[in-house]
Amino acid sequence: MYGLESNNQIKWKDKIFQMSFIYIFLIVTLAFIGALILYSAANGSWQPWAVKHLLRFSVALVLMFALSLVDVQKYYKLAYWFYLITLILLFVVEISGHVGMGAQRWIDLKLFKIQPSELMKIGIVLFMARYFSSATIQGIKSIRGIIIPTIMTLLPVALIAAEPDLGTSLMVLITAGVMFFAAGVQWWKFALVGGALGGCLPVLWNFLHEYQQNRVLTFLNPERDPLGAGYHIIQSKIAFGSGGLFGKGFLHGTQTHLNFLPEKHTDFIFTMFSEEFGLLGSLSLIFLNMIVLAFGYMFAFRIRNYFARLTIIGLNTNYFLYVFINIAMVMGVLPVVGVPLPLISYGGTVMFSIMASFGIILCMSVCSNGDNLE
Amino acid sequence: MNSFNAEKNQILSRRAIYIILLNLLAFAIIIVRLYYLQVLQSDKYRMMSDENRISTRFLIPPRGTIFDRNGETIAKNEQNFQALLIIEQTPDAEKTLQTFKNIISLSEDEENRIKKEIKNKRNFIPIKLKDNLDWEQVSEVLLHAPDLPGVEINEGLSRYYPKGELYAHVLGYVGPVSEKDKKDNPLYMVPGFKIGKSGLEKYYDYKLQGQSGTVKLEVNAYGRVMKEIERQSGTEGDSIILTIDSRLQKVAYDSFGEHSGAAVVLDVKNGEILAMVSVPSFNPNLFTNGISYKHWNELLNNERNPLTDKAISGQYSPGSTFKIVVALAALEAGVINADTRYYCNGAMKVGTSRFHCWNHYGHGSLNVVEALKYSCDIFFYETALRLGVDKIRDMALKLGLGASLNIGLENEKSGLIPSKAWKKARYDTSWTLGDSANTGIGQGYVLVTPLQLVTMLARVVNGGYNIKPTFIRQNDSSKKIKRLDISTRNIELVKQGMYEVVNAVGGTARKARFDINGAKMGGKTGTTQVRRITMNERKTGVISDKNLPWKLRNHAWFMGYAPADNPRYAVAVIVEHGSSGSGVAAPIAGRILQEAIKLNIK
Repeated sequence: MYGLESNNQIKWKDKIFQMSFIYIFLIVTLAFIGALILYSAANGSWQPWAVKHLLRFSVALVLMFALSLVDVQKYYKLAYWFYLITLILLFVVEISGHVGMGAQRWIDLKLFKIQPSELMKIGIVLFMARYFSSATIQGIKSIRGIIIPTIMTLLPVALIAAEPDLGTSLMVLITAGVMFFAAGVQWWKFALVGGALGGCLPVLWNFLHEYQQNRVLTFLNPERDPLGAGYHIIQSKIAFGSGGLFGKGFLHGTQTHLNFLPEKHTDFIFTMFSEEFGLLGSLSLIFLNMIVLAFGYMFAFRIRNYFARLTIIGLNTNYFLYVFINIAMVMGVLPVVGVPLPLISYGGTVMFSIMASFGIILCMSVCSNGDNLE
Repeated sequence: MNSFNAEKNQILSRRAIYIILLNLLAFAIIIVRLYYLQVLQSDKYRMMSDENRISTRFLIPPRGTIFDRNGETIAKNEQNFQALLIIEQTPDAEKTLQTFKNIISLSEDEENRIKKEIKNKRNFIPIKLKDNLDWEQVSEVLLHAPDLPGVEINEGLSRYYPKGELYAHVLGYVGPVSEKDKKDNPLYMVPGFKIGKSGLEKYYDYKLQGQSGTVKLEVNAYGRVMKEIERQSGTEGDSIILTIDSRLQKVAYDSFGEHSGAAVVLDVKNGEILAMVSVPSFNPNLFTNGISYKHWNELLNNERNPLTDKAISGQYSPGSTFKIVVALAALEAGVINADTRYYCNGAMKVGTSRFHCWNHYGHGSLNVVEALKYSCDIFFYETALRLGVDKIRDMALKLGLGASLNIGLENEKSGLIPSKAWKKARYDTSWTLGDSANTGIGQGYVLVTPLQLVTMLARVVNGGYNIKPTFIRQNDSSKKIKRLDISTRNIELVKQGMYEVVNAVGGTARKARFDINGAKMGGKTGTTQVRRITMNERKTGVISDKNLPWKLRNHAWFMGYAPADNPRYAVAVIVEHGSSGSGVAAPIAGRILQEAIKLNIK
């Protein structure tokens, strides 16, 4: 072997000091911005959202550090297991959903609920990273070599889509796709699949639930149902537009405070922020997120361990998708698919899953291993 | 192994660059979109945002006040205290309602309505608990405020008529806007806005309404008012001064006592309406506050028709009062003159029928003045037969009969002055001599309203000036009133007859005469049959009115003016089923004219 000491041998203190403080600081900053907007969303009150948001963040921060201190080897070794367990949980959810009534996304563990689809966003990344890091270039470039990861992608995607949770399912699919691409799967294969998907679109359309079809139709033309499904998008656009360059001021967003904008503390929180802080505020927030992403990619370039690099690219892509889909959908660029803005939106599940992925990124960012994680 | 991994790492790095570029492209799309929404389209969305949050509401302007000629208020706005309940401000709406009920009594209907509204209305929209609270009730509610969470006292304006039934017909009343009233005016959509529904309130509605104010309110998505942004108060409606003198109006109204009828008093010089009453009347304030079903039915089914303004919509045969018109027409046409005499022996033959004088003993030989004084029917049968109906009709129209005078009240009737052509069109039969004879004594087809009759009288006694009755003060005295083409000599002859009716021995209204510092009354009685007297009854003796049911008794007319030597005031009085013009209507007219002279209304 290439004379590498195991991570075990590095003291955790040293490991922490190697981590990017700026990165951690940015994450904390985003969470605090989230708390401030939630304070405004409650008409200038820390209750009911802002305080809980910060409490959750504190707990999630501990989780992040805990995950960042785990040995990289452990992630490598447990990658398949983690994926497998999550997949089983998705099955459980799917079956109990059929047994019970209506859409089912949760498994209730009394103390807290877990949402397997959220775990799968990390699970798929670890699986692909592990799979491609042990594959040969020839394998990656062959058809045979990508049959297994394709199946392992489509299984959870189908299960999540069946919940139904189109947004998450698409995020898992795209994350996996990006990792295929990063690993070196040829361009033409993507073009082929893309073309095939385009051809199948009319067929797929019939598989969508009526409310999902409505969302897409409404997205294409919000005015077709201005008081129903289109209402959210129209009101959101009004909030953006009336915010203008400088915004209406903290606590002075009329669209939000007068309740014209629904879901202002969850999916539409960026709208609320943008109405109050205008284009300049929005650009700043987007810029902050871009820096966070940039750090992730920087880590991926800095280290040499293939598994760690691919994991970072996968998790970074996941974070990027959250930010992009959320902002794009509230501005009417994408259909409303129920994706929150991580660290900002109110909600526990995404807070924990995204902090977990930050923890893993941090862990990978100080990975001094070479390639051997066996 | 190393080189193998190095190659994979190389691919990863290269592909990562593409991924980063893809990320940047995505963010670029977002930023372009942001720029489009927040800069390029900002004005449009700012407007839409304001449309969302700003609700402009109209403020109801105070309605103009109406005064009588002496500046006394006869229609005004009163503070109206309402108790309102706002559900969201009370922990238990039902309980609060029960507490309220113990303080201020509610009828079962009211309670059911409130319970229904509690169930159905949004919890921030106020529910009316009770209207028209008096001061005592208001203070009771305020005193119990701690036990009545969510109950508010709201102050509004409602129309009040201090003189009550005195002006009910003239002023009319106001009421909520109904579907057919709705016009472009957005004020009409404001809940609680009231418009004139009848009478002068309706005729002068636009003037009285005033200009609405607006208030801009910030509302949330559910319509709840968050705050007031801007307020522009409106202007009160114009006030109106009427020509009516409340003191005279009251005397006129009271003079009828238990009788049913109407009276109109004019200033003969300018046509100003000094009094106009229709008896019995009703209290218009009951309408403002919402009249009870029972009370409404009582008004509707009363055989004396309190809801009808008899002064303008009551059409009656003028009876002998019409002889003034016939006499003037005949004199003007030269068919008779001051010395023409006819002989009355109580009855005469017209065509194939016998026509009777009211005095079946006959009046003997009389000239036109005597014929008026005694109200001889035979004289006027003779005159009418010689004159022909068309000449009578011309004079009647000239003096203001047979057409609406357009004083601004709806339901003003035009009466009826028949002609040969009219009868042909109406009944498809020819005009007969009998029709002419009947017209000569104001019976048959002729119909007039009290307003028309007093106008006719005023035009005669003022020397033939073409005045028009009006409710609006005629300040512009320079405005020349045109003289009708009637000779003064003939007018004086007729006036002499009317003077003797009241003041000469044997005059039909002698009992009603008065003399206030030389001011005396002139006038003419009239009694009109409501039923037909059969030949049989005439043989056995006409049944006295006293023995007939009220509905079948004769209508009693009197039209009078005073002072007789220089007329200022004219009055027409109809007493429905009053039996006798001289016995019932003349004393009422006398009382009214005496009051006018005493008040010296100018």
